Amino acid sequence: MSEASPIFEARDLSRHFDVSKPALQRLLAREGRRTLKAVDGVSFAVPRGTTMSLVGESGCGKSTVARLAVGLYEPSDGQALFEGQDLAAARKSVSQRRRMGMIFQDPYASLNPRWRVADIIGEPIRAFGLATGAALKEKVGSLLRQVGLSPADGGRFPHEFSGGQRQRISIARALSSNPEFLVCDEPTSALDVSVQAQILNLMKQLQRELGLTYLFISHNLAVVRQVSDRVGVMYLGRIVEDAPAETLFTAPRHPYTRALMEAIPDLDMAGRERQPVGGEVPSPISPPSGCTFNPRCPLANDRCRAERPALIAARGTPETRVACHAVEEGRDGFEARAAA
Amino acid sequence: MTEPLLQVRDLVVEFPTRRGTLRALDKVSFDIAPGEVLGVVGESGAGKSMTGAAIIGLLEPPGRIAGGSIHLRGHRIDNLPAREMRKIRGKRIGAIFQDPLTTLNPLYTVGRQLTETMQTHLDIDAAEARRRAVGWLEAVGIPAAAERVDAYPHQFSGGMRQRVVIALALCAEPEMVVADEPTTALDVSIQAQVIALLKRLTREKGTSVMLITHDMGVIAETADRVAVMYAGRVAEIGPVRSVVKAAAHPYSAGLMASIPPLSHKVDVLPQIDGAMPRLNAIPQGCAYNPRCPHVFDRCKVERPELIPATETRAACWLFDSHAPRERAHV
Ligand SMILES: Nc1ncnc2c1ncn2[C@@H]1O[C@H](COP(=O)(O)OP(=O)(O)OP(=O)(O)O)[C@@H](O)[C@H]1O
Ligand SMILES: Nc1ncnc2c1ncn2[C@@H]1O[C@H](COP(=O)(O)OP(=O)(O)OP(=O)(O)O)[C@@H](O)[C@H]1O
Ligand code: SF4
Ligand code: SF4
Ligand SMILES: [Mg+2]
Ligand SMILES: [Mg+2]
Repeated sequence: MSEASPIFEARDLSRHFDVSKPALQRLLAREGRRTLKAVDGVSFAVPRGTTMSLVGESGCGKSTVARLAVGLYEPSDGQALFEGQDLAAARKSVSQRRRMGMIFQDPYASLNPRWRVADIIGEPIRAFGLATGAALKEKVGSLLRQVGLSPADGGRFPHEFSGGQRQRISIARALSSNPEFLVCDEPTSALDVSVQAQILNLMKQLQRELGLTYLFISHNLAVVRQVSDRVGVMYLGRIVEDAPAETLFTAPRHPYTRALMEAIPDLDMAGRERQPVGGEVPSPISPPSGCTFNPRCPLANDRCRAERPALIAARGTPETRVACHAVEEGRDGFEARAAA
Repeated sequence: MTEPLLQVRDLVVEFPTRRGTLRALDKVSFDIAPGEVLGVVGESGAGKSMTGAAIIGLLEPPGRIAGGSIHLRGHRIDNLPAREMRKIRGKRIGAIFQDPLTTLNPLYTVGRQLTETMQTHLDIDAAEARRRAVGWLEAVGIPAAAERVDAYPHQFSGGMRQRVVIALALCAEPEMVVADEPTTALDVSIQAQVIALLKRLTREKGTSVMLITHDMGVIAETADRVAVMYAGRVAEIGPVRSVVKAAAHPYSAGLMASIPPLSHKVDVLPQIDGAMPRLNAIPQGCAYNPRCPHVFDRCKVERPELIPATETRAACWLFDSHAPRERAHV
């Protein structure tokens, strides 16, 4: 396996959900089936040992991509590839399955309430036959310490922990099978900033030492800046900008990315008013034609309402891929901003 | 000084367990003034949600209030019978929980949940309740509110459901709202909208808010004062700017230093090493002493109370002007 080959790759990946009303109601209302395109033709690659992050508004499809990336959903179209192999095929092999893991967004729903914490964390270790007996106990204890809990916590049940403590338990569980590719869906949003710093530092340390690869999802852009090599910005099931992290934060190109940056709360208390992204997220069941951002975009024109922009290298920042006619046509004011 | 709307004094919450009694809150005290937003931050597991639950009378058994008092406009509420407390909850104190799924009933439409809440607590008829329900959905930024008022919770996205929960907590026009991580599930844009709504309510209706969150950006922009909790105690309390920019207590200072910067990437984020002690192993003296870079002899023996510090009040012996500190030789 060569250095540059991605551990994970999405090729034109889609996931659609049938959200039709029951057949009888549909008949009475004379309407057809309705499909929600939660993920609609997404392509990106995550090279080994790097972190790719996905950001975007609630409901844009981030968690759906995460589930596709570990094989919890079957693609409706396109491919999810693990080391170049079809993910569904890869998951049939136990030894391959061990190499991927996921930290879920909801620390309340993802832990079995009837199991003790030590059993929750130890279950993957046992299932994959990685350790038994004293070695297993030792491993669980050290995982608990790694995430800032104590080995004695292993004897307690999930409900005895606060929200943030439960999230640490699910992180310990995800790390327990020594995965190489870890999908992290909002892993730290339930944590206070000091525990968050510990977890992010731990994740970076594991990456340095063991070469872990992360697909990372968060709506906290400061966190994303700290951990990412590349960032994909999603809007209504599509990637609208995909750039090296530093480029994205210093020279965001897509009008939506720029609006998102304006909406970040101001910690300096300089009195800057936050600018929420104008307008509402359109319904994913009947998205606008052309560029789906057009009803909210200050640069939208007739072409934007008719033609869907392709994700292509951006003029001026060629390492950025962006889906925007204004950028392609050079009417996004990039040169003027760069000169200023 | 105006009379505080809420007054919490020496609140103690305990959990009897087989291995002895755990003290989750240990003499927590603070006030909230009418129209004030008190931010509550701190280590996860420090007791923030527990404090909120104690105030609204929804501690999960076997947890119980074992000491101290809670007064709402001068009337004691911590020892009311369950029936009396139910009347206060919703009507006078609204609650937004950390876990939105527990608040919404999946079997009822969003509109029905709003109108029932309003008709229980306010003297209005059905038509008026429905009119207001639509108004509240608009206020929390649900588009086409008039059509969606008859939708069920599962027909809304996660972020929209969270906004319905917020509308439910506010619709009976309570004097105070306990909001536990109200915006954690929301992206920055919708978060900005919800924060703007909370601020408008405090300004126009004089509603007080206890805002529990890990998001320092939200705190900086919304709170008037901030309480920092650690190991079931209040470590520091003061005006938001002072706590965020010039924290006195070593724990608060460490917490603020851990906020990841947006402006640049750092190799290693500043972090506080170690972990908060377990409830059954809280050290003697200052609970922060095993992790504190400034620890000295007295810290390991005597528990500090909140005392005036530079710009805030901090529970830390470094600020005791009466007893010059003797630093430990380390
Ligand atoms: N099982 C499902 N059935 C129908 N629709 C679904 C299902 N799962 C997700 N969706 C829809 O797909 C879209 C994308 O959802 P997803 O959970 O991926 O969003 P997200 O970007 O993770 O949002 P958030 O930031 O709120 O977690 C949403 O409109 C959601 O309502
Ligand atoms: N049923 C229980 N039995 C024993 N201990 C409990 C129980 N419920 C909560 N605790 C403990 O009480 C403490 C306070 O929990 P609380 O939920 O108030 O924390 P928090 O500050 O809200 O944390 P977070 O920010 O993670 O939500 C925690 O240490 C938790 O482990
Ligand atoms: S393609 Fe048009 S509508 Fe879409 S983001 Fe670019 S300028 Fe705006
Ligand atoms: S009292 Fe002592 S141990 Fe506690 S925070 Fe202050 S200096 Fe540190
Ligand atoms: Mg999600
Ligand atoms: Mg909590």
